[in-house]
Amino acid sequence: MKILVAIKRVVDHNVKVRVRSDRTGIDLDNAKMALNPFCEIAVEESVRLKEAGLADEVVVVSAGPVAAQEQIRAALALGADRGVLVKTDVNLGSLAVARVLHTLVEREEAQLILLGKQAIDSDNNQTGQMLAALMGCGQGTFASELKVGEGCVAVTREIDGGLQTVELTLPAVVTTDLRLNEPRYASLPNIMKAKRKPLEVMALEDLGVDVSSALICLEVAPPTERQAGIRVASVGELVAKLKDEAGVI
Amino acid sequence: MTTLILAEHDNRKLNPVTLKVLQAAQPLGGEVDLLIAGHQCREVAVQATSIAGIRRVLLVDQPWFEHPLAEDLAALIHSLVNEYSHLLAASTSQGKDCMPRVAALCGVDQISDVIAVESPRVFRRPIYAGSAIARIESSATVHVLTIRTAAFEAMTVRPGSAQIEEVTLVPQPTRVARFVSELLSSAERPELSSARVIVAGGRALQNADNFSLLNRLADTLGAAVGASRAAVDSGFAPNDLQIGQTGKIVAPELYLAVGISGAIQHLAGMKDSGVIVAINNDEDAPIFQVADYGLVADLFDVVPELTEQV
Repeated sequence: MKILVAIKRVVDHNVKVRVRSDRTGIDLDNAKMALNPFCEIAVEESVRLKEAGLADEVVVVSAGPVAAQEQIRAALALGADRGVLVKTDVNLGSLAVARVLHTLVEREEAQLILLGKQAIDSDNNQTGQMLAALMGCGQGTFASELKVGEGCVAVTREIDGGLQTVELTLPAVVTTDLRLNEPRYASLPNIMKAKRKPLEVMALEDLGVDVSSALICLEVAPPTERQAGIRVASVGELVAKLKDEAGVI
Repeated sequence: MTTLILAEHDNRKLNPVTLKVLQAAQPLGGEVDLLIAGHQCREVAVQATSIAGIRRVLLVDQPWFEHPLAEDLAALIHSLVNEYSHLLAASTSQGKDCMPRVAALCGVDQISDVIAVESPRVFRRPIYAGSAIARIESSATVHVLTIRTAAFEAMTVRPGSAQIEEVTLVPQPTRVARFVSELLSSAERPELSSARVIVAGGRALQNADNFSLLNRLADTLGAAVGASRAAVDSGFAPNDLQIGQTGKIVAPELYLAVGISGAIQHLAGMKDSGVIVAINNDEDAPIFQVADYGLVADLFDVVPELTEQV
């Protein structure tokens, strides 16, 4: 079985982002960039499946700028076999990315497609579901456990009231939640080895995929900041404030 | 404008988040239909007919919708789409699972987690864990939205006279996905998404036994219990209690953060709450920057005392 893992280059989750003063977007100049945390979990899971003898090959793909090769290399250092970058400087929407991935899935004939459930920049939580729709296959979103069987995969999902398990016929799309696994740290020898693993770079234009979008961002604004309130000295004072001042209890 | 809202329910009762989605649909103008897909769920449809502002309640009653899967729900909504300019669902695990699939079937983008509807084509949504708010204009043939329900008040239920219309032309189940089982938390306390008061705990509670200290306080206040990601990852609380960027987004009247430091990812899930109380022994914890009332003290002293006094 071949696994395709889709990853995204995003701002590091520790960076405190700022809105540009002209309100056209986020100021990412010189910001530290990283592999999206949920994508890292997807890479880890695919490598574990390969180590368990359940997968033959793990292919990592990304659509993004040339610099996204860094994140593909990071995934290769975690144990993926080879990478594909679909190069574009356009900020693609989720549907466009899903269309790009659909083309790659068909080319690679991948059976299991793993993605993070959401990217921590756009916070969309869409691409996996859209890819499954385009493929006409099953989707196991927000996965906290994954069991590969004969021609199928059982996915335990984190849902609002608890957990749900579904069984999907392969090929299938799975998106990862936080509790699926804890990604390993790449060892220095593996980081060195990753530099020699194959990484194919292709131009978005060469794929012939429609990446148009009907959405435009008119403005990006800072949120209304909440002001810090007061410190209370005791539980008694807190209860009094909540009763008399705030009137919430 | 004609809007279709995907209702949330458990085959017996309409989930109150649906009333918040209905509120979000008001600025769109035009007619609103409600889709209830389930099994032996006519009672839910009957409840919905008494809500003012709904034109038709579309009822789909099929055995495979007892536990609706995104694959089948999306195919169903896609089969109904021709009549509608807007398709709405709550940003719940069901809405987030299903609606992007609907959007892709329709060949359009989706707008996730809408917090304001400015016009039928202009919407606001948070990005970067709420560090910025994007204003998005859509020229799609059909606008597919998920609604962050914490940003909207529930629509007041006033008597209405919607008609129930049974949908008989339902796409067959896709069979690429099958429901196996469900493990739901017991519902002794209010749900996080609709609770008036939430008591949430963090890593400082140290273990699952200590975490249950919060249950007594919550029960005294009639509150729901929530947790930070750190507490869930450490196994103190189940995953469905997680509040934050990648968990549940809440906005209760009162939010009590107990032993939560206040990482930006957690703040993203609760900073729109009415009144925020922070209890933490670290006076520099970032949670105090958003708290209306801060108490620097040991939570193991404070929580029992607070339970006594409220």
